Amino acid sequence: MIEYDIAVIGGGPAGLAAAIESKKNGINNVLVIERDRELGGILQQCIHNGFGLHEFNEELTGPEYAHRFIKELKKMRIDYKIDTMVLNIDVDKNIKAINTEDGFMEIKCKAIILAMGCRERTRDALAIPGSRPVGILTAGTAQRYINMEGYMVGKKVFILGSGDIGLIMARRLTLEGAEVLGVAEIMSYSGGLTRNIVQCLDDYNIPLFLNHTIINIEGKDRVKGVWVAKVDDNRKPIKGTEKFYECDTLLLSVGLIPENELSKDIGINIDNKTQGPIVNEAMETSIPGIFACGNVVHVHDLVDYVTEESRRAGKFAAKYAKGLIDDSGNIIKTEADSGIRYIVPQKLRIKNIDKSLRLFMRVSDIYKNAKLIVRANEEIIVDKKERQLNPAEMIMIDIDVEKIPFNTRTITVKVIGEGK
Amino acid sequence: MHDVTIIGAGIIGTFIARELSKYQLNVLLLDKENDVSKGATRANSAIVHGGYDAKPGTLMAKFNALGNPMFDKVCKELGVLFERIGSLVLAFDNEDMKTINELFQQGIENRIPGMDILLGSEIRRMEPNISRKVIGGLYSKTAGIIGPWELAIALTENAVDNGVKLSLNTEVRDIECIGNKHRLITNKGMIDTKYVINCAGVYADKINDMVSNDIFSITPRRGEYYVLDKGTGGDFINKVLFQCPTKLGKGVLLTPTVHGNMLIGPNAEDLEDKTATETTYEGLEFVKKVSNKSSDNIPYSKNIRTFAGLRAQPSTGDFIIGEAKDAKGFINVAGIKSPGLSSSPAIAKYIVELLDHIFDGLKMKEDFNPIRKKPIIFMELNDDEKKELIKKDSSYGRIICRCEMITEGEIVEAIRRNPGATTVDGIKRRVRPGAGRCQGGFCGPRVVEILARELDEEPEKILKDMKGSNILIENTKNNNLAYEEV
Repeated sequence: MIEYDIAVIGGGPAGLAAAIESKKNGINNVLVIERDRELGGILQQCIHNGFGLHEFNEELTGPEYAHRFIKELKKMRIDYKIDTMVLNIDVDKNIKAINTEDGFMEIKCKAIILAMGCRERTRDALAIPGSRPVGILTAGTAQRYINMEGYMVGKKVFILGSGDIGLIMARRLTLEGAEVLGVAEIMSYSGGLTRNIVQCLDDYNIPLFLNHTIINIEGKDRVKGVWVAKVDDNRKPIKGTEKFYECDTLLLSVGLIPENELSKDIGINIDNKTQGPIVNEAMETSIPGIFACGNVVHVHDLVDYVTEESRRAGKFAAKYAKGLIDDSGNIIKTEADSGIRYIVPQKLRIKNIDKSLRLFMRVSDIYKNAKLIVRANEEIIVDKKERQLNPAEMIMIDIDVEKIPFNTRTITVKVIGEGK
Repeated sequence: MHDVTIIGAGIIGTFIARELSKYQLNVLLLDKENDVSKGATRANSAIVHGGYDAKPGTLMAKFNALGNPMFDKVCKELGVLFERIGSLVLAFDNEDMKTINELFQQGIENRIPGMDILLGSEIRRMEPNISRKVIGGLYSKTAGIIGPWELAIALTENAVDNGVKLSLNTEVRDIECIGNKHRLITNKGMIDTKYVINCAGVYADKINDMVSNDIFSITPRRGEYYVLDKGTGGDFINKVLFQCPTKLGKGVLLTPTVHGNMLIGPNAEDLEDKTATETTYEGLEFVKKVSNKSSDNIPYSKNIRTFAGLRAQPSTGDFIIGEAKDAKGFINVAGIKSPGLSSSPAIAKYIVELLDHIFDGLKMKEDFNPIRKKPIIFMELNDDEKKELIKKDSSYGRIICRCEMITEGEIVEAIRRNPGATTVDGIKRRVRPGAGRCQGGFCGPRVVEILARELDEEPEKILKDMKGSNILIENTKNNNLAYEEV
């Protein structure tokens, strides 16, 4: 039996920031467990720039961003195990894990931080009809093959879904000599950041087909082409709009799903909207002493915000390990009202919040000349104007604790504005 | 010269090969594909039927009734998952209940044990998630679930261990009858054999045409399915749930799989193309719509895969089993549609009896070993066993597939067995990396790497499945024309 005060499951941006922060908060005995061959998580395959604008005021590549944290982790002598898989955890904070060097390990902890990230939605989850040849990949898998393993996956590519990884890969494949025919997006707006549309599609004359989807895939051994159709308001394909694109590869960038198998196994409550654990102001899940942060809680748009949120988890996990969390007092629920898809955290214990608290959320549609209204019970405590709100971008609202009335039970957020 | 050559390594061909491997015979098993079980065997409902469904007097009724009880022993010998979870035919109105009674009577005629007619309330106690509209149904205790391709692979391994020769990538293009023997003309040359057993699935009519004038045709009947994530089969539902057949159709079934998934399907569509395993929008929508009759809240949001399989629908309406009338030594085992899997052990036994008669008594091998060493399933071991195994072989300490929790050790073993996996899908069929919710997104690159290392091939040579399905095109470095031009 190995003992640690805090174990962090996942060595990506969330896990690294949480581990560093918990050590900074006085916990000497921290372990990071990473399943891949190196620390840094998916950042290691994101060799494009654009990371760190908020955190470091400069534009870094993914590996550079990760490296800053890995360097700090090592400097602080925080223990980590790579190529190590957690098999299960229990409510008493025991972890079973394996690797090839230590073999089967049992690790006893005072607190656990879940930072397993997310996975990509697949062709099968969407049930796209057609044959199942080689050449159908998620954008992230293609990214790994090209950027980390050094192999091309295709020469003539169509992309379904305008998520950020898909947009980034449209540019990446073009630079590697492939022809990218277009990106189809079933929604009327892109799922990715505007800057990625401009820098990855527009700059390379790659068309973005909004309100379009793929209705069939052809090819026996390798993809021969895809059928693309326009969709109506109910996202159903419109007859007569079908068009065939001859290609050898179909990339999918159709959404990310927080990877919560370990969380679900021990009965942590999951939010249906985020598909991540329901957390409180401390990023603590429904099981005391088990914290969560980063994309395992909700899918973020920028890694900088993952870092910020994970520091919060690290700080409070340290407090928990030292027995300093105040669990008394009433619990305030946050609730997404009209126009808001979800809010994280879902629960707040006022006594644990110093001055202000940041709420993360996303809107469910595009809004122009909008207003975000936060109410505590029925009282408006924040009223914020926004020129445009976009589901692809996370929204943050800072709430001054002093403004929250004493007897508040629910804090709601809604958006008022012109729809698209 | 071979005594017996079996064409087609699906569930029927592999079962016959394994049965024949008990005897002093020189047996060759052929398949045109690069692995066994690549036709109907890898894409069907994965059910061992109770046996009440087939018309009394047909070969389907006979072999299903005989085959069903044979699964326990063979699956134990071969280390293959098989669970007798029972099945229910759901009735939604009085008309359906009439049919249920007929099916029950048919079951009695077919000598099927363990049947019962149940009330809606009794069924709901077994299956809390079924529709409130269910008023009763037929329970069949002996029905079970199995991994058909896992069984076919295990049968092949055991047959090969006992002396059967396996030749993959071998396509029969013509057959000549020369005196008392047959000469198979294949893409790999000529094969001489005394007896030929035609188990070529949807291609069995083409093989028969090469030899016999007693023709039949096999129509590929496509069925499309959904696979839901683990935690649905055995949780949302516990038994194989059929819908009562009506004038409008046979309905679709819901069943747990042996791996804890849930399978929903199939529809039925007769086609001409014997390779048309693509799914269709209409087919999948049909399955979804019809399935909702059985339960109001099937968790389709947990769908992780859709697929289509082709059943070998014979023009005669029944299995075609026996020596061709006009071609001595040429034995057809054709048109093995549902309940083909359920019938397979009994069909194999029957073919042995047939050959026993023809050869005037087959001699048993003294050293036949019925046991196939069960592959290690890491996650089924207890903590101490896991600890010991990693100590012995550290490759079991590395998880490659995180959805199904498959270790490198298990993947390497699947490659080193005989017949070993040579493709990414071959590994998936044997030990399941890529069969989970991420569908190989994470483990795919690692599996390619392990295959390349174990087979001593360049990664670009590694196939997903069939010939031409190379996953990687070329090295990115070679792709940079700009550098070359400068």
